[in-house]
Amino acid sequence: MSSFLVSPVTVKMATLCKTIRSATATASKLSQFSRLLSTTPRCNVQMAVRDALNSAMDEEIERDEKVFLLGEEVAQYDGAYKVTKGLWKKWGDKRVLDTPITEMGFAGIAVGAAMAGLRPICEFMTFNFSMQAIDQVINSAAKTFYMSAGQVPVPIVFRGPNGAAAGVAAQHSQCFASWYSQCPGLIVASPYSSEDCRGLLKSAVRNDNPVVFLENELIYGTSFEVSEEALSKDFLVPFGKAKIERTGSHVTLVAHSKAVGLCLEAANELIGQGVECEVINLRSLRPLDDQTIIESVMKTNHLVTVEGGWHHCGIGAEVVALIMESQAFNYLDAPVLRVTGADVPMPYAKSLEDLALPQVKNVLTAVKKSLNIS
Amino acid sequence: MSTATEITHYVVPFKLHRLEQGPNLQVKCTRDEAMKYYKQMRTIRVMETTASNLYKSKIIRGFCHLYSGQEAVAVGMEAAITLDDSVITAYRAHGWTYTRGVSVKGVLAELTGRHTGCALGKGGSMHMYGKNFYGGNGIVGAQIPLGAGIAFAHKYRDEDSVCVALYGDGAANQGQLFEAFNMAKLWDLPAIFVCENNGFGMGTSAERAAASTTYFSRGDYVPGIWVDGMDVLAVKEATRFAKSYALKNGPIILETATYRYHGHSMSDPGTSYRSRDEVQEVRQTRDPIGKFAELATSSGLLTKEEIKKMDDEIKKEVATAAEQAKTDPELPPEELYTFIYKNPPANTRVRGCDDTIWAATK
Repeated sequence: MSSFLVSPVTVKMATLCKTIRSATATASKLSQFSRLLSTTPRCNVQMAVRDALNSAMDEEIERDEKVFLLGEEVAQYDGAYKVTKGLWKKWGDKRVLDTPITEMGFAGIAVGAAMAGLRPICEFMTFNFSMQAIDQVINSAAKTFYMSAGQVPVPIVFRGPNGAAAGVAAQHSQCFASWYSQCPGLIVASPYSSEDCRGLLKSAVRNDNPVVFLENELIYGTSFEVSEEALSKDFLVPFGKAKIERTGSHVTLVAHSKAVGLCLEAANELIGQGVECEVINLRSLRPLDDQTIIESVMKTNHLVTVEGGWHHCGIGAEVVALIMESQAFNYLDAPVLRVTGADVPMPYAKSLEDLALPQVKNVLTAVKKSLNIS
Repeated sequence: MSTATEITHYVVPFKLHRLEQGPNLQVKCTRDEAMKYYKQMRTIRVMETTASNLYKSKIIRGFCHLYSGQEAVAVGMEAAITLDDSVITAYRAHGWTYTRGVSVKGVLAELTGRHTGCALGKGGSMHMYGKNFYGGNGIVGAQIPLGAGIAFAHKYRDEDSVCVALYGDGAANQGQLFEAFNMAKLWDLPAIFVCENNGFGMGTSAERAAASTTYFSRGDYVPGIWVDGMDVLAVKEATRFAKSYALKNGPIILETATYRYHGHSMSDPGTSYRSRDEVQEVRQTRDPIGKFAELATSSGLLTKEEIKKMDDEIKKEVATAAEQAKTDPELPPEELYTFIYKNPPANTRVRGCDDTIWAATK
């Protein structure tokens, strides 16, 4: 609360230094500021999310001959969103395969190959199409290790863009985070930054369990600073460990994937009102890092969850429940609030689409309600 | 005293789809092979009958799909492949679990849910596994793309192995089969897709479910062979041919014409959609075990006494296994939470039914 006594300008600059030093940059706006401050560290490499994913797959294909990639247009087309660009040219038909447009069939083939000891990366062009194959993901991949009492592991990665894109309307915009996170036997990752993508995808490929890897098409082109460590071929980010992107003491914002960026934007706006947000990037949805959220709430006493998916049985709903059941409940000064996508199928018209997805103003509304400020 | 060490048996002609030549119409069988095939088929029969009784006593729960009548398919196919080849089937899997190397006790104790079952009691009837045996799959048709994937792995690793992926006449209409056939053919996967056509998908006859019941031809561009599935030697020879074909050319379909005596599962009496007379007729005139015993004894390969001796041994073996399957304990409660993930981190906890229960896992 002491920050309220300091001038807003000083708070802003000091916080910016801290943000840049302790978190990955989220927008070019911030990195411009970083050049002006003599106390900032040497700049690291900028890497776009799609290059992070591409390099992770390239390195894992090189590292283990059992790893191969399949999906629609992943090979000769270089990927529908160019995420797999260059991989077929480098590794050839054996390691990078174009499939027909038959999700149930090729997902099943990928799962069978994994059961038989290979390590497939199965791309869904978007996770909307995974619904055609969802039986193979859940009933074949997720449950077989359990049903076989440990005799048949399924080391597969299902990856692809999840959630809203831009102007692609209802059938191409759904977020499947809740659907997959619910199922025991799956690991579900939802990375935000390039570092997340590199480390989590490499972990996913090396993990002996089925991993659902939810990317976001809208940030494929976004560049993030990556540390030297993150460029190493053995850089792994563990599952079940969230990242505190920005520390703060007034309110905790919890998000996954693109919504993390939204939280950071909102956090920057709130500095002007003297509110310091702690932004938690979940990175993993299953297992979920409840400990980091609990510790944060015990510090800030206020929690707002932010996600692109629908509110009903969403990730935010799970976070609310776990806080209710935890010791953090006693530290809440306000009920936990959720910011989510609107409860509608995604419309096409731009103005309607903007209303269907959470914006900075929705996060501000929730934070202010939580803190009881205007 | 048996008078022959080897016989030549003439099989009902195969029907071919997109094949210039098919399997041989003459199949040899040695004394040792005859004993093995008889023993395996008879063991499956007695094991399934025992399972049926255990189910009626409510010691086996849930779904229980019996293989009685179809024994010649599993035993005949197994005779032409090795344990380095892979097999995947649907839920009518007990016979295959046995031929793949799991003991009768491993099967029965899994059915009764005991820790001595082949999946420690965690899988049950529809989820039995073994070396290069991928179950035991509950979702109709899902096992076929999986099977194509297993064949993919064999090819990827340059192994001289095939994957045998079985489905029923009911599953034959599933779209994912055709997706799997397409990719198997495109990529020349060493897969033998086998339609165990027993005439019924649950209570719906093949004719009422399929616009085309020539299942061996429904792979279109995938060659196929129709086989008399009640003749273990015909099945063996067709499989020998199919394996050789698949390793060189890619996928092939076998349709084995067979029959199940029991209903679809133990919940189905099996007589509302077919007459008792029909079932009786098959038992009397086309039973795979009876027919093979007759062939073996009439040709002098085996004696009636040898067959009786095997019957007695099998009866005892299955009865002993059944007793153990009834008395062995189930897994302890903490095992509810194990084998969800492979190599979970040491501090992983699994939630129970209320928020005070957080179990260790492995």
